[in-house]
Amino acid sequence: MADPHVIDKRATVPAGGPGRLPRWVALVRHQIGGLGGALVIVVALELLTRFEVLPSRYLPPPTVVIERLVRLLGEAVAWQAIGLTLLGWFLGLLIATAVAVPAGLLLGTSELAYRATRSIVEFLRPIPSVALIPVVFLVFRPGSLEGTVFLAAFAATWPLLVQVIYGVRALNPVQMATARSFQIGRMATFLRVMLPGATPYIATGLRISSTVALILVVTGQIIMGAPGIGLEINRAREGSDVALMYAYVIIAGVLGLLLNTLFARLERRALHWHPSQRTVAR
Amino acid sequence: MRLKNSVYVAAEVVTPVLVLLVILWFTNAGSSFFLPPLQDVFVAFADNWLFALVPTQLVPSLFRLFSGYLIAVVLGVGIGILIGKSPRIRRQASPVIEFVRAIPPPALLPFTLIAFGTGDEAKIILIALVCVWPILLNTVDGITGVDTTLRETGQSYRIARWDTLVHVDLRAASPQIFAGMRAALPLALIIMVISEMVGATNGVGFFIVQAQRTFAIPQMWSGIILLGILGYVLNLLFTLVERRALAWHRGSRADAV
Repeated sequence: MADPHVIDKRATVPAGGPGRLPRWVALVRHQIGGLGGALVIVVALELLTRFEVLPSRYLPPPTVVIERLVRLLGEAVAWQAIGLTLLGWFLGLLIATAVAVPAGLLLGTSELAYRATRSIVEFLRPIPSVALIPVVFLVFRPGSLEGTVFLAAFAATWPLLVQVIYGVRALNPVQMATARSFQIGRMATFLRVMLPGATPYIATGLRISSTVALILVVTGQIIMGAPGIGLEINRAREGSDVALMYAYVIIAGVLGLLLNTLFARLERRALHWHPSQRTVAR
Repeated sequence: MRLKNSVYVAAEVVTPVLVLLVILWFTNAGSSFFLPPLQDVFVAFADNWLFALVPTQLVPSLFRLFSGYLIAVVLGVGIGILIGKSPRIRRQASPVIEFVRAIPPPALLPFTLIAFGTGDEAKIILIALVCVWPILLNTVDGITGVDTTLRETGQSYRIARWDTLVHVDLRAASPQIFAGMRAALPLALIIMVISEMVGATNGVGFFIVQAQRTFAIPQMWSGIILLGILGYVLNLLFTLVERRALAWHRGSRADAV
């Protein structure tokens, strides 16, 4: 086998070649080249299900699912489900941010507050939030948006809180001391030193929390019957419309992918100046 | 203003006790139906989980959890090595992996329900299916990030392929593999609970939903507390294992605390 790193380099640099193709052609070709694997898998699935190697009763051929997906995207039901899912995700993440960022800043700056609450946070954090589903069943109206938002907010708070605490505690002490020497005031110290210093950590926390919030919203819809993509997936299963079920699963995946990409971008933006970016490239 | 260390220690001890007392007082004073007196919950906990229901509810849950998790570790590390070793496969596979990973895991629950039914295997498959991604991705990252000098040194000494794989690649990638395994652990617990809430006849998830349906509120809370303890203990066990396995790593890197 040749040195893998040579191949690696050739693979990542868009192949312009001596033909001097325009840059965008090379870029498009590069992008499509990465999709070959996906294509192979789709074709293989198509053949396996068409010839009933895999039971098409559970796994309809991809073309059938894609056709159903295209039709589905023309229906209002799908967009309503997407909208409600995004709404639940957004409210959950918003509440989590509103709770976790101030609390994290406080716990990060005050050693006393940190020590006093450490054991409580450490105990509450590992509780799988889905364990609270029965409580949500009792407290909120069954199938209500509030219930799923509560679940999502509860679950999304912890990763963010921990990141904010780390972020504040990882502040460079020299920077804090400098701010104090220049007597720039508490407010300015907070806005100019602490907040920018903790921003990369907050961005990472937001990315993790966003994923968690989406997971919990979909869970709430599947288990508790709140309207949205999860409920539609469950309905399709109960109605034995398997193609429709997979169409919704694909929609959920695309949604997750879009949100991931969005927050990963935000994170890279927030991190671009940070020393951690030089050593740990993620 | 520098407070004495003893004040911190006191705060660390007093606050949880205080919180516990407030909850005790609150649940006894208020007559909320959802918040039974704390002592009732503790009694229910002792009745159920010390250790009357352990064989019938907890053991099946743990069996599913560990089976699914182990399958995910084996598959994730195995396929991760394959992908990580070959840049070509990696380029072709990564869009697929990125997409499947982005699907919120519970969305796959109906799929395993219709494809594999409601038995143990359906739950184990779902846990494995969800946990495999963080492990796989971290293994790929770890293997691709292995220092070339290490590998070339192995080649110069004509160390056999298998030995290079085990002692150089896997060793060097193990901190990242462990990071992936750590990320997968809470996922396994979450999926275990969810899968037991839909179409199950036993397990801790089944127990708390059943308790809620029959309005056995203290029982329900006892199950939730058990899940909390389970999450805590699993995390603790993992940290212990990781510390042992990566002892060489922590020593060799001064900046990693």
